[in-house]
Amino acid sequence: MPIEEIRICGTVQGVGFRPTVYRLAKACELKGNICNDGEGVLIQASGSKTSIEKFIHRLYAECPPLAKIDRLKRTPYQGKFDYDDFVISDSITTKVKTEIAPDAATCPQCQKEVFDPLSRYYRYPFTNCTNCGPRLSIIRAIPYDRDNTSMAAFSMCPQCKQEYNDVTNRRFHAQPVACYTCGPQVWLERADGKPITAAMFSMVDDIDAVCSLLQKGEIVAIKGLSGFHIACDATNEAVVQKLRDRKRRVRKPFALMARDIKIIEKYCILNPKERELLESPAAPIVLLGIREWGLGNGNREISSQEKFPAIAKSVAPGQNTLGFMLPYTPLHHLILRRMERPIVLTSGNISDEPQCIDNNEAKTKLNKIADYFIFHNRDILNRVDDSVVRVVNDNSKGNTQSKRLLTLRRARGYAPAPLNLPPGFKKVAPILGMGGELKNTFCLLQNGRAVLSQYLGDLENAATFQAYQEALHLYLNLFEHHPKIIAIDKHPEYLSSKLGKELANANQIKLENIQHHHAHIAACMAENNIPLNTSPILGIALDGLGYGEDETIWGGEFLLVDYRQFTRLATFKPIAMIGGEKAIYQPWRNTYAHLISDFNWQELEQKYSNLEIINFLESKPLFLLNQLQQKQINSPLASSVGRLFDAVAAAIGICPEECSYEGQAAIEMEALINNKNLENCEKNQTYPFQIKNLDKIYYMDPHPMWKALLNDLQFHVGQQIIATKFHLSLANAITRIVDLLRQKYPIDRVALTGGVFQNKTLLQQTTRYLSSLGIKILTHSLIPPNDSNLSLGQIVIAAARNVKEKS
Amino acid sequence: LAHGSGGKAMQDLIDDIFVDTFDNPILSQLEDQASFNIASLMEHGDKLALTTDSYVVDPLFFPGSDIGELAINGTVNDLAVSGAKPLYLTCSVILEEGFSVETLRRVATSMKSAAKKAGVQIVTGDTKVVHRGAADKLFINTTGIGIIRPDVCISANNIQPGDAVIINGELGNHGAAILIARGELALETDIESDCQPLHDLVKTILDICPEVRAMRDATRGGLATVVNEFALSSNVGIRLKEECIPVCEEVKGVCEILGLDPLYLANEGKLVVVVGSKNAETVLAAMHSHPFGKNARIIGEVISSPTGVVLLKTSFGSDRILDMLVGEQLPRIC
Ligand SMILES: [Fe+3]
Ligand SMILES: [Mg+2]
Ligand SMILES: [Zn+2]
Ligand SMILES: [Zn+2]
Repeated sequence: MPIEEIRICGTVQGVGFRPTVYRLAKACELKGNICNDGEGVLIQASGSKTSIEKFIHRLYAECPPLAKIDRLKRTPYQGKFDYDDFVISDSITTKVKTEIAPDAATCPQCQKEVFDPLSRYYRYPFTNCTNCGPRLSIIRAIPYDRDNTSMAAFSMCPQCKQEYNDVTNRRFHAQPVACYTCGPQVWLERADGKPITAAMFSMVDDIDAVCSLLQKGEIVAIKGLSGFHIACDATNEAVVQKLRDRKRRVRKPFALMARDIKIIEKYCILNPKERELLESPAAPIVLLGIREWGLGNGNREISSQEKFPAIAKSVAPGQNTLGFMLPYTPLHHLILRRMERPIVLTSGNISDEPQCIDNNEAKTKLNKIADYFIFHNRDILNRVDDSVVRVVNDNSKGNTQSKRLLTLRRARGYAPAPLNLPPGFKKVAPILGMGGELKNTFCLLQNGRAVLSQYLGDLENAATFQAYQEALHLYLNLFEHHPKIIAIDKHPEYLSSKLGKELANANQIKLENIQHHHAHIAACMAENNIPLNTSPILGIALDGLGYGEDETIWGGEFLLVDYRQFTRLATFKPIAMIGGEKAIYQPWRNTYAHLISDFNWQELEQKYSNLEIINFLESKPLFLLNQLQQKQINSPLASSVGRLFDAVAAAIGICPEECSYEGQAAIEMEALINNKNLENCEKNQTYPFQIKNLDKIYYMDPHPMWKALLNDLQFHVGQQIIATKFHLSLANAITRIVDLLRQKYPIDRVALTGGVFQNKTLLQQTTRYLSSLGIKILTHSLIPPNDSNLSLGQIVIAAARNVKEKS
Repeated sequence: LAHGSGGKAMQDLIDDIFVDTFDNPILSQLEDQASFNIASLMEHGDKLALTTDSYVVDPLFFPGSDIGELAINGTVNDLAVSGAKPLYLTCSVILEEGFSVETLRRVATSMKSAAKKAGVQIVTGDTKVVHRGAADKLFINTTGIGIIRPDVCISANNIQPGDAVIINGELGNHGAAILIARGELALETDIESDCQPLHDLVKTILDICPEVRAMRDATRGGLATVVNEFALSSNVGIRLKEECIPVCEEVKGVCEILGLDPLYLANEGKLVVVVGSKNAETVLAAMHSHPFGKNARIIGEVISSPTGVVLLKTSFGSDRILDMLVGEQLPRIC
């Protein structure tokens, strides 16, 4: 009998991998053993050649849901071998680097048990197994053992212990295993502190009562898996509006949860990829296109045989998508058991703060928002927000049916799964990337892999900055990471940059300053497995703002890059942000700055005196703004495409006065676009951009676009058409500039990145046009295109700059 | 004025303008140095406070004040916030060739009246005229000496969690006034610089509460910078309440349109006082009784963590980090 040693690397620890190997080895009549060690798992197996082959085959086919085989290496084994059965051996004590897996949605088997009256897990809200349940959210230290999680407070009852120790059981070594007898419990409280009497609800239990409360139009705070949420009936306009008022959240869309896909389908059109994502263990919020009658004026008669209420308008004002997720813990399943309607499930926080995770904290902070609380006593140790994703057409493959995941917020269910870095990054010293300021993440480079933290939020908020530091501390410990280099953004005022500098100084660690857009592009390259010593790639990084190499503000950059350096080949015409940061919140400032940059305002006023936007701008202290701009008082120049979007949006009447959340103008403008308009507009003329030359680099001048756009407004062309034309024009202009650049430079690959490429229409159109030039397009998928990817870009650039030349 | 007009011409100039204007016994001796009787100084205390500052403000005259008054009050205030009684100032002037004698006389007169209000004497000075372009119109340096009261120990290192942070009035007026005057912005406002000497207000505070922990005038970099310095020096956190920070409507309006944050704008007559919470109300009441403190407010409290950080509690109820700026106010948000 041949004996083989099988080495497997990947996500193979703490995810039920060994029991699966054990079961399959038994089934294939192999003898030998399996153990965890520092590199993954190591198997020694003896059996016939065919049975070993069969075993390997089945291992791939029946790999547990949360496990991932990255590499499998087979070698003949000649050492000592005296097994007459197959066994699971103790972990080899050489440092076991147990992977910290992401939290996972309740698996189908556990779901079944939770609703099975004969199961001992019947209606138990913390049911889990090796295929599902909490991971990152409950860990305190490594190794990932129960003692190092918030489950340490609960000791297993004999029945749970027996399942935990049984190799053939789905709960073998499932650290958070628990049941009614021994595990965490849930209870309901009133926000006003008054007692709840059983007579108030003739319900099964406290959890079931939540459903009744929601149906009655109450607002309930729910302690979930990795943070508090606030819930209410999504079809009840009054309560949704009440929630907006209480949360002081004017327009930013709310996420929804529905009991099952069938309910979601009443409101949204789903493709198979979207369905797959909703039902995946990550269970993210998926942005789904609204059925025309899904958000109709409460108009229920159309085409629906089944009666169901419309989603309240104030759930997602100005959107053409709804963000839906499915229940991902038994608690959610139980709450929604009787709920035929979607509920709002938004993060439980006050304004910009991170979600609450602690019971007392939630009680003090959320009691003016929620009427009721459902608490539990399993501590959340790490705050992890719900992830947000959408599905885009993968036009680069020339096949419009091909769909692709586009992550907008990478958190629960995805983090902290490591990313394998491209060839060349294997032997790099540990590096810490501090990230940006908004949508911050940090990133650890270690052993050729990148561990990207969950989305942490906007650091300017003190509580978020605190949470960022705590998460950083935790990750450094969990991954035993001791950075040799710290990489930061060049912006001197980013709190992450300041902290990075402090850490580097205090610990005498080398510091690398990384340009914002170079980092964006490098992140996109790394995600697309571009090797370290690559030939240059053209990166197109379009975003709000990033600190430029020349100390001005950039945001519409065409950079020829490798991992070490970049050359700026083209940009957008720099336009003043009159009033600095104010221009980010007040779109009209950008419209005005764009218009006066090339037009004579007096002429504009005369020619377009009847346009709403011109009248709107006339009501502003324009003389003063002119002087600010001319005298360069608080009016930095920015080549920002984000601001161009703001300018156009305001011009066509989308929140000209003030944005109530980041990117609102651009998001609501994109929401105006539908496929019909897209097709129609493509055939017609789009708006021209002019490509000019400035100091040896090209820049895109939107002046002719504005001319055409103002004329359209003059002719009462609708908002929707103008929005559509603008998107198409921009994609067109980008393509033209790329075409121009490739005549001078060897460009065969283009990376699209930056927050602007969260825009599905722009991304899809640009990809399509560029592919038709025969260019290979690199886009994001698992990693968001926005500033959440900066930390990844920072570490790969820092690594490339510090790796020994061409190893 | 012509460059290089040394010797007799310069002597005449100094005689003419400064000595005549400032007119006090020590200065009029026209020695190369001023000398004082130590014993008489020691009547005020046993610690000497010494400070120096250069004034390069542009324009020289602006709503509410001018470079001359500023040069006196700035240095007087730097002495005052250490708990010192300001006594003597030096005055060194650098003039750009071609500067008008008439204007210089105006500045000197302004300095004289400011010195009188602040109860200090200008006791020695110097004047240089440099080539056109080597300096911008007029620079003034003043150095001041004061004697610190024996009963106080004021230091940015003394602050403790629980302490109260008090400001003596509305913020940002000086910065806004200068910006408007300098930028020649077509902005009709009544905003005037708050330039004023704080020695008497400080005395009022210290008379009622000698155990003030820390005190600093919020000049360049504004309130935000001073409280950050406090938080760093004492290794504490400071939480300011946005709604309690006094900013007049006009300054608010200007900041809104210009996109500036009044908390980072310069002041020339504002001081930040940190006192133990039990003294807060007493000090506040004392400040209210003084003309330069009638709009005083408690604007925040000292917290034990996070350390070295200033938080601004916004009207939305969440804390924003109010950081020290490395450079100018530059947009951060993507
Ligand atoms: Fe960015
Ligand atoms: Mg000073
Ligand atoms: Zn399960
Ligand atoms: Zn149990």
